[in-house]
Amino acid sequence: MTNSKNAGYDDLLDAVDADRGYYLECESGHGSLPPRRVCPKCGSTHLVEKPLPDTGTVSTYTEIQVTTAEFAGETPVVAIADFGPVQLTGRVLAEGNDIALGVRVSPTVTTSQAGERHLAFDYPTRR
Amino acid sequence: MQSVRIAGVGSTAFGVYPGRTGRDLFAEAVRVAIADSGVPRTDIDRLCYGNFVGTVAERQGHQGPLMAEAAGMNGPATRYESACASGGVALRGGVEAVRAGTADVVLVGGMERMNNLSTDQVTAGLAMAADDLYERRAGVTFPGAYALMARAYLDEFGGSREDLAAVAVKNHDHALDNDYAQFQQEITVTDVIDAPTVADPLGLYDACPLTDGASAVVLVSERYAERHNVNAPIAIAGSGQGTDTLALQDRSSFVRTPATERAASDAYADADITPDAVDLLEVHDCFTIAEVLALEGLGLYDTGTALTAAAEGETTADGELPVNLSGGLKAKGHPVGATGVSQVVELSKLLRGDHVNSDAVDDASVAVAHNAGGTVASAVVHVLEVTQ
Repeated sequence: MTNSKNAGYDDLLDAVDADRGYYLECESGHGSLPPRRVCPKCGSTHLVEKPLPDTGTVSTYTEIQVTTAEFAGETPVVAIADFGPVQLTGRVLAEGNDIALGVRVSPTVTTSQAGERHLAFDYPTRR
Repeated sequence: MQSVRIAGVGSTAFGVYPGRTGRDLFAEAVRVAIADSGVPRTDIDRLCYGNFVGTVAERQGHQGPLMAEAAGMNGPATRYESACASGGVALRGGVEAVRAGTADVVLVGGMERMNNLSTDQVTAGLAMAADDLYERRAGVTFPGAYALMARAYLDEFGGSREDLAAVAVKNHDHALDNDYAQFQQEITVTDVIDAPTVADPLGLYDACPLTDGASAVVLVSERYAERHNVNAPIAIAGSGQGTDTLALQDRSSFVRTPATERAASDAYADADITPDAVDLLEVHDCFTIAEVLALEGLGLYDTGTALTAAAEGETTADGELPVNLSGGLKAKGHPVGATGVSQVVELSKLLRGDHVNSDAVDDASVAVAHNAGGTVASAVVHVLEVTQ
């Protein structure tokens, strides 16, 4: 597979990396993440970018012991955090034993051993 | 609309057969199913076939024609792929074809070859059922995804790892005498709790194994069965399928499975039954938490109340509602593309009375098969009824 850009997704990662994260909102207030051409909840085609809240709250998490090759030698802690209009899935970059339900995290971007960029979480005080 | 009958069923033994090709596994299951049915191979109108990671495991796409050859038939042959629900959607394809009158005899099957891959290769293959951009790249594996659901469930409703472990213990108990099962081995709650962690709070014994195997069923129309004097006492009376968002992050709840709820609701309405009529089930217990979520999604337990069902003995072989008498995915094994078909193979035998565990359900007449894909982004439910 080539390293072609994934339009929409990589644009969001660029924005998060620059502390200008966003989500998409339809006129009914449904939040979603790019790439989208229609709102997945109501089918609206009128989607506008809205600023992503600076922090979200961890809804669930796990430390994964058996990984794919992209994370060989690691035990990634992965969480889903609630940012209000949308939820994000990310690897927790800080020490895993700091993670807990309800902890506030901020979105950031990191790269796996395979060179794939993806969303990650850090703790706001560390940024 | 034609009524759909199950004329014959067959499976390979499930287990670790890294040197056996997919086509060989499938051919064995088909041979058994056709012999069981008494239907001439030449009468098969089409093949509906489920497979998930064959393009990775065997570098083999376009498996429909390949498996038709293996089966010794040459009618239309299509591969269905919905991750771990591939077998279930293939079955639904066959049911729809018979009902529509476009086929009188449909061979439905599924196969997966997994143990010729290394653990990280098969983990990566299965992770393709997750959202590539938002889940897989961040490190989410399937044990990881179900661990996210399990933690949310335990946080919202309480309960313990011991409650989850009881599901694994029960399903291993059910498989003890099932020669088709991968694990005919008793385990204890302590074994489950002490097993290595895969993704907390889930350990190795909370998870189904990697399995090689194949299953097949021969479906016939009621008209065909009558004309050809085929003994086909089990009907597929209801079929439903549900879909949810692919990524967990796009759901309003991590502790409910709306795809199962929709599939069950449609299947029950199709069969004109309510959940109270169900005598036994095979549900998609790829992880212990998955059986809990399935029982709630199927309307047999209220949300947040099925966690203790196994520990309380309600879903054991001698309980009120036996669940996964085959051993389930947990102990019988989970050759992914075959699983949805295998559930119907096992239920048919249980209802006919020729399953090793049939005595546990000797007066049963209604059974449900529940097959899920991904984190239940796909769900298929079928209702089986004894007609004679």
